[in-house]
Amino acid sequence: MWKWLHPYANPEVSYHFTNKLLPWLSALAAIFLSIGLVWALLFAPADYQQGHSFRIFYIHVPAASLSMGIYVSMAIAAFSSLVWQLKLADASAAAMAPVGAAFTAIALITGAAWGKPMWGTWWIWDARLTSELILLFLYLGVIALHNAFEDKNLAGKAAGILTLVGVINIPIIKYSVEWWNTLHQGSTVSKLGKPSMSLDMLWPFIFCFIGFSLLVGVIICLRFRNEILARNSIRPWVRELVQQNTVK
Amino acid sequence: MQFNSFSDFINMGGYGFYVWLSFGAAALILTLLLISSKAGHQQIITQISKRKQREDKLRQAKELRKKQNEVLNEVTE
Amino acid sequence: MTLKAQSTQETENLTAMNGNSVIDNTVLENAAPSSQPLSYRRAFMLVLKRDLTIAMRHKDDIVNPLLFFVIVVTLFPLGIGPEAQTLSRIAPGIIWVAALLATLLSLDRLFKSDHLDGSLEQMLLSPHPIFVLVLAKIFAHWLITGLPLILIAPLLAVLLHLDENSYTALLLTLLLGTPVLSLLGAVGVALTVGIKKGGVLLSLLVLPLYIPVLIFATSAIDTAALGLPYSGQLAIIAALFFGSLTLAPFAVGAALKVSTN
Repeated sequence: MWKWLHPYANPEVSYHFTNKLLPWLSALAAIFLSIGLVWALLFAPADYQQGHSFRIFYIHVPAASLSMGIYVSMAIAAFSSLVWQLKLADASAAAMAPVGAAFTAIALITGAAWGKPMWGTWWIWDARLTSELILLFLYLGVIALHNAFEDKNLAGKAAGILTLVGVINIPIIKYSVEWWNTLHQGSTVSKLGKPSMSLDMLWPFIFCFIGFSLLVGVIICLRFRNEILARNSIRPWVRELVQQNTVK
Repeated sequence: MQFNSFSDFINMGGYGFYVWLSFGAAALILTLLLISSKAGHQQIITQISKRKQREDKLRQAKELRKKQNEVLNEVTE
Repeated sequence: MTLKAQSTQETENLTAMNGNSVIDNTVLENAAPSSQPLSYRRAFMLVLKRDLTIAMRHKDDIVNPLLFFVIVVTLFPLGIGPEAQTLSRIAPGIIWVAALLATLLSLDRLFKSDHLDGSLEQMLLSPHPIFVLVLAKIFAHWLITGLPLILIAPLLAVLLHLDENSYTALLLTLLLGTPVLSLLGAVGVALTVGIKKGGVLLSLLVLPLYIPVLIFATSAIDTAALGLPYSGQLAIIAALFFGSLTLAPFAVGAALKVSTN
């Protein structure tokens, strides 16, 4: 059943696959993001309570959910690298950490910029904000651990363990809204297809969300490529590739 | 279109600073990340090629020494 | 007189070191496949006893984090001002943050000396499950650092004018919370034990993981001060405790294998 996956366990195959994938992903990301952002900034209606400040929502929410999603996928990659000793899963986890940290930072900054006009303060110590901050610390810890080891493979394993320990934090983030009732508003996009948002607002949001997800894919592919090269620097195919690229 | 003029668009109904702050910050962080990830590829390639050159040089030096030794041996024999 | 005392102490130390190695040897001998395999309980007790004896011989390892705890707590009134009302308001937070930092300070010696003298690798090579051995080491660490902290905390609470209703809550949260600190901290130490400058990195890795414990513990103490039931927060800390008790030793074992390589 999993046979089609096997060739991609080979670093060379997945390197070239990533290379082939990149232009398509980049084009799609550019299309979706430009449609989504123009729609969100120019055409989406203003919120009847929050006015135009609601437009921050179109970055804030995708960034926040992607920051958690990337952590979960990093944990899955770390898990599969620890259990099945997949070197490439390790490389992908290493590629994801900085991207996740960047999106967490964006979620925090946009959240603060949204909170100032809405709540009158840049920062409140509410559960969701705090756990997002903890998530940023977790990401930074993983990145720091990656950098602390000379050996990339060891670093990957150590960071993987830390990622799995930290993944306990994700449910706390998710359910903290229900545990603490604070100033933070409840989830606006409900799960069962009954959004409390109007459709005029939902469509640009969907475009933005898909666009940002594709952008995450692009950046992760770029970094994944680098990680593969760094981990296989003594392999002949890498040597050949390097020769071609430097001769040019 | 929700805005009547460009200045209206920039103003964002009084929330301009906050909206543009968040969009700007997001754009800045993502561009930096994108550029650094893209530049990383060439960096790693030059790094590897430098290491390769060093190893090649070492190997050449070794071979040269070997050859010299052989020559020397022949002379002494 | 002093010289004599010193020399007797030295001989004591020597015998102590011999005692150490005897214990180590028994662990190793029993670990040999030819002899009767150790039961999990005995392996646990042996490692626990060994760590406790070592700790008893380096008393400053126990005393220093405790002193640090006391000093940090006394610094706060000096920095904030002596008003009883303000102090009692922030007392739970101060005590807990200080406890966190004190634990962090003491974490380093959980595996470091064992890693340096090689007994850690011996432990990993032994046929016993790492889970048991690691759990024993963590339990010993808690006995050495967590328990004294709990014993001295009420005294500091008096200094900070903690609300009278919250004393039980403080003790209960510390009792449930400090083992979590030791367990989670052990994961961080195990990850950084092989790195030369692991100290700062350790705090970067471990402190975020401590935040949930801190939040719930201080919220429990605050709730108790209002005279409201705080069993909910306590239950969550208990859940964190049992969760980390079952999972952390596995993570520590895996991390130790990575760091000793």
